[in-house]
Amino acid sequence: MKSQSTQDIAVVFEQVTRAFGEVKAVDNVDLQIRDGEFFTMLGPSGSGKTTCLRMVAGFDRPTAGEIYLHGVKVTTLPPYERDVNTVFQDYALFPHMTVGENIAYGPMIKKMPKAERQQRVNEMLDLVRLPGYGARKPSQLSGGQRQRVALARALINHPRVLLLDEPLGALDLKLRQEMQIELKNLQQRLGITFVFVTHDQEEALSMSDRIAVFNQGKIEQIGTPAQMYEQPATPFVANFVGTSNMVKGELAKQLTGVDQLYAVRPEKIHLGVLTAPPQPDSYAVAGNVLDVVYLGLYTRYLVQLDTGDLMAVVQQNLETAAVDVHAARGQRVQLQWSRNSMLKLGAK
Amino acid sequence: MAATTLSGKTRRPWGLILASTLVLLFLHIPIWVIFLYTFTTDATTFTFPPPGLTTHWWGAALRRTDFWAALWLSIQVASIATAIALVLGTLAAAAVHRSRFFGREVVSLMLLLPLALPGIVTGIALRSTISMYGIPFSFWTIVIGHATFCVVTVYNNALARFRRTGWSQVEASMDLGANGFTTFRHILLPVLGSAMLAGGILAFALSFDEIIVTTFTAGQQQTLPIWIFSQLFRPRDRPITNVVAFFVIIITAFPILFAHRLGARADEHVGGAR
Repeated sequence: MKSQSTQDIAVVFEQVTRAFGEVKAVDNVDLQIRDGEFFTMLGPSGSGKTTCLRMVAGFDRPTAGEIYLHGVKVTTLPPYERDVNTVFQDYALFPHMTVGENIAYGPMIKKMPKAERQQRVNEMLDLVRLPGYGARKPSQLSGGQRQRVALARALINHPRVLLLDEPLGALDLKLRQEMQIELKNLQQRLGITFVFVTHDQEEALSMSDRIAVFNQGKIEQIGTPAQMYEQPATPFVANFVGTSNMVKGELAKQLTGVDQLYAVRPEKIHLGVLTAPPQPDSYAVAGNVLDVVYLGLYTRYLVQLDTGDLMAVVQQNLETAAVDVHAARGQRVQLQWSRNSMLKLGAK
Repeated sequence: MAATTLSGKTRRPWGLILASTLVLLFLHIPIWVIFLYTFTTDATTFTFPPPGLTTHWWGAALRRTDFWAALWLSIQVASIATAIALVLGTLAAAAVHRSRFFGREVVSLMLLLPLALPGIVTGIALRSTISMYGIPFSFWTIVIGHATFCVVTVYNNALARFRRTGWSQVEASMDLGANGFTTFRHILLPVLGSAMLAGGILAFALSFDEIIVTTFTAGQQQTLPIWIFSQLFRPRDRPITNVVAFFVIIITAFPILFAHRLGARADEHVGGAR
């Protein structure tokens, strides 16, 4: 039934629902993941992103709907009959096997001759930059090294789709940032589809070609990282991907004439003295600075508007005069932002 | 064993050492008494010290055909009960660990109960049930009786291992192309193997010296503990009983030691990999 573009689409969800009793972990999700893209499922815990990944892998089955992999319906196929491999959150390395045996597990199951298997294992160890580690036990490796072994084990069968379930969650910040770059490079080099699950919006923004934001079993929005940030479609996305000031009620009416819901990013607001000349095509409001937090690269101001609304404003510290930023506390200021950066959000 | 005082010096807690020594002696002296009295020349009473030493009773015991028959029966019963326990205990542990079904906690409790229940209750319950259905008491009724509490030891060991292992290894194996059976062979069995062995050995030891449940579920058969018990009413050959008792100690003690070490080592192994 998938006709013309079958070969360009790696994964398709067709009205997929997964219910656990009364609770719908995944609620009527439609989704298309393109072949060769780095696709991220982003959302808080319990939003259904991991359940979706598990249904692609075959560990879980939808209660309704269909899943296709490269045009083939796989909804009820067991994991071992699907051309996808998974990197698990806890790595799931086999503790009774060496690193080499762990990586060779897939080819061994597929009865690949031993010499060829060994050669592939060595290739994989080189790929994840762990040459010579084949004889060690997983228990002798650090967290980052185990992560690489898990990656090598999942890639050795040359899957067309690689699923990654919060693979960087257990690593410390520095290592995590290194692995982000490494994963992205790997994906581009291999040219295969990565489906990446995370709750870390920064990670999602920096690595992905496209992101799907999950909330309560549904997809809120799908788009590129820039679209997610610059044009969030719903209040949830506006606040889960970065932070936003919500403009609604009286304030919205005062500025635009309609009581609608809008979002403004803190860094798009200019903070200035009351007498600052109005910019063209901008909104301007007055308020009092409640709090100032100096953060080195930038300073964060909390401003209470005369309407009572609170707004966060972020200003880059471009001048050395920033030494005195705290003097702004308690001052009356004017906030201005361009009409373009006031984003109308869908009703939700 | 050393307590650290405020000054940083360590002081030996003599009271504690004395108490533990006494408890250990209290537990172990009777065993060595039995060993000593396998060599006594006095056939009917326990006089201390033994009036003389002889190896006569060892020879006499080993020549008794009823002893060998009882030993063989006990080994058979223990082996089959253990085999049943291994299959049922592991499967039950997998089910309880893996799935969330209605009555799961009840099943778990019901599996553990036979170990907690007094043997006499299990025995009476089994006896009345078996008679109610008109099943003749036989070798197999003994095996079933023993299996009820043997399942627990395997179940407990396997469940503990499942909890520590995490199901994701099984999923990883299937993800890499292995079906259920291959996954069991390559992943579950090696991971569960030592837990199953430890549980199995404990089950064997439990069954081997069981007497209460056996009394209620046996027909004319005499397992080794029952044989020993019946010997107590024949005071002439008391040292023979001692020899046999010592046999039982050896046969059960070593497997338990082995199981204990196996469990400890496997824990390090599994724990270290996470």
